[in-house]
Amino acid sequence: MTAPLDTPAPKSVRRDWIPHVVIAIGIFITAFPLWVAFVASTLSNPEIAQAPMPLLPGNQAAANYGEALLQGGRSGRILTPPVWEMMFNSTVMALSIAVGKIIISILSAYAVVFFRFPFRMAFFWMIFITLMLPVEVRIVPTIQVITNLNMMNTYAGLTIPLIASATATLLFRQFFLTIPDELVEAAKIDGAGPMKFFRDVVLPLSVTNIAALFVILFLYGWNQYLWPLLIGTDARMQTIVIGMSKMIDSAGGPTDWNMVMATAILALLPPVLVVILMQRWFVKGLVETEK
Amino acid sequence: MERKVVFPQKLLPYLLLAPQIAITLVFFFWPAGQAIWMSTLLQDPLGFSVQFVGLENFQAVLQDPAYLATMQRTFLFSFGVTALSMIPALLLAVMADRVVRGATAYKTILVVPYAIAPAVAGALWLFLFQPSIGTIAYPLRLIGIDWNPRIDGTDAMIVVLIASAWKQIGYNFLFFLAGLQSIPKSLIEAAAIDGAREIRRFWTIVFPLLSPTTFFLLVVNLTYAFFDTFGVIHAVTQGGPGKSTEVLIYKAWYDGLIAQDLGRSSAQAVILMFIVIGLTVIQFRYIERKVHY
Repeated sequence: MTAPLDTPAPKSVRRDWIPHVVIAIGIFITAFPLWVAFVASTLSNPEIAQAPMPLLPGNQAAANYGEALLQGGRSGRILTPPVWEMMFNSTVMALSIAVGKIIISILSAYAVVFFRFPFRMAFFWMIFITLMLPVEVRIVPTIQVITNLNMMNTYAGLTIPLIASATATLLFRQFFLTIPDELVEAAKIDGAGPMKFFRDVVLPLSVTNIAALFVILFLYGWNQYLWPLLIGTDARMQTIVIGMSKMIDSAGGPTDWNMVMATAILALLPPVLVVILMQRWFVKGLVETEK
Repeated sequence: MERKVVFPQKLLPYLLLAPQIAITLVFFFWPAGQAIWMSTLLQDPLGFSVQFVGLENFQAVLQDPAYLATMQRTFLFSFGVTALSMIPALLLAVMADRVVRGATAYKTILVVPYAIAPAVAGALWLFLFQPSIGTIAYPLRLIGIDWNPRIDGTDAMIVVLIASAWKQIGYNFLFFLAGLQSIPKSLIEAAAIDGAREIRRFWTIVFPLLSPTTFFLLVVNLTYAFFDTFGVIHAVTQGGPGKSTEVLIYKAWYDGLIAQDLGRSSAQAVILMFIVIGLTVIQFRYIERKVHY
């Protein structure tokens, strides 16, 4: 082979900056819509309407965010509830779903892995099959069930039906299968029962998995759309994501874009902060839940 | 895989399983069964009488040109979103793989849109593309493109496509980068010594080794485009203008809740069920083999 092993210097210098430029473009595409939304949330409506809109923040931030949080925006001719109320609903939903899913799936995975009993695999497959039955394929009958149980427009209705989760159960099951048999034997010799073993051994070993799942499930709960649209029809049960989308007049009428963008920023801030602050667990959660 | 050592209790495991099984039965199996049952019924418009009609609803749905058009649109949309989010992600991952410094910071920034709700992502892009005031629509107008997603179906489709794909790029980027970093550097160096050029090295060595990741992401992104983009479409276009951005999920929701056509909406739900089952089976059959990566 006669190909030179060393590329000539000028060429490698040229190649060195290409990745940086491509990544810079990627970051620009990622950040640009967020920046424009932020700027719009600090402007008055006439400032937004004067095309082209300024690309540097204005001085209406306090007024816009204050109005959105405390009074709410306009949706068509109706006022939406104050954004802080919708944020509260979203927080209840995201936290209850994340915590609820973790609790019931860690318990069922523990049952399936650490015991032998009739119909064990039947139960496991029942849980697995829920993967194939998302809300989207059972919209109307689900509403009937929720109505019959008097769970429309309640926090219970918004959260409990969503906490059954095949993904989380599968993740815990896989992790539990890697716990060495010696630990279980040692516990048995020590006379520790299954719940003591669960509390003193399994739970502490699962901490990183729980943290990883929490991040993923918080995003899942906060960003729900179809479910709260179906179950939280009452304005006071609205989540912030639904409330924000109602402020956009899809009929083409006037939209208070500064209010919409302020609400959008408030709607994206909590999940974005969770991802950035819990980056390590987030990446682990993404990879693990897809296994 | 099974554990060898287990606990002897007989009642306890049932108690541990009870909450999840109860929720699964009440909120998943029961409504899904209802959906299947309702798909075989015909209800007269006033709701006075119900009649068993077997597979007639399916026949009606599958022969309805509007449904078939929606299905075709959904496939185009889903593959569009998948391509538009995977190709830039692969390019970015290849570039980030070469950069030694700053890779973690890049990851943090690029993955941010993944955390944002689809409807919110839709609102951000709708604002940029808002006729007359949008930061992107304005220059388009200056160069003579009469841009209006409220009136023009193609324009509307472009906005929901971009918003849906934008959200997914960071996710695909993370998986592509992990895939690239798991390829042994010695393989690539060996090819370099053999004189293979960089682009050739990519297509003959790197890309084939990435194929498990690519295939996995293909399924994940198609599933996302199919089911999770409801929020983008509902918030941004409401399926319009006309039906130009109506996808299958949106139609099932609209026909069931707004048009109240229960039989046909349930038939659509059952068709969607088959699509989910297909996607899930593909994903899990493949994942058995994915472990090596």
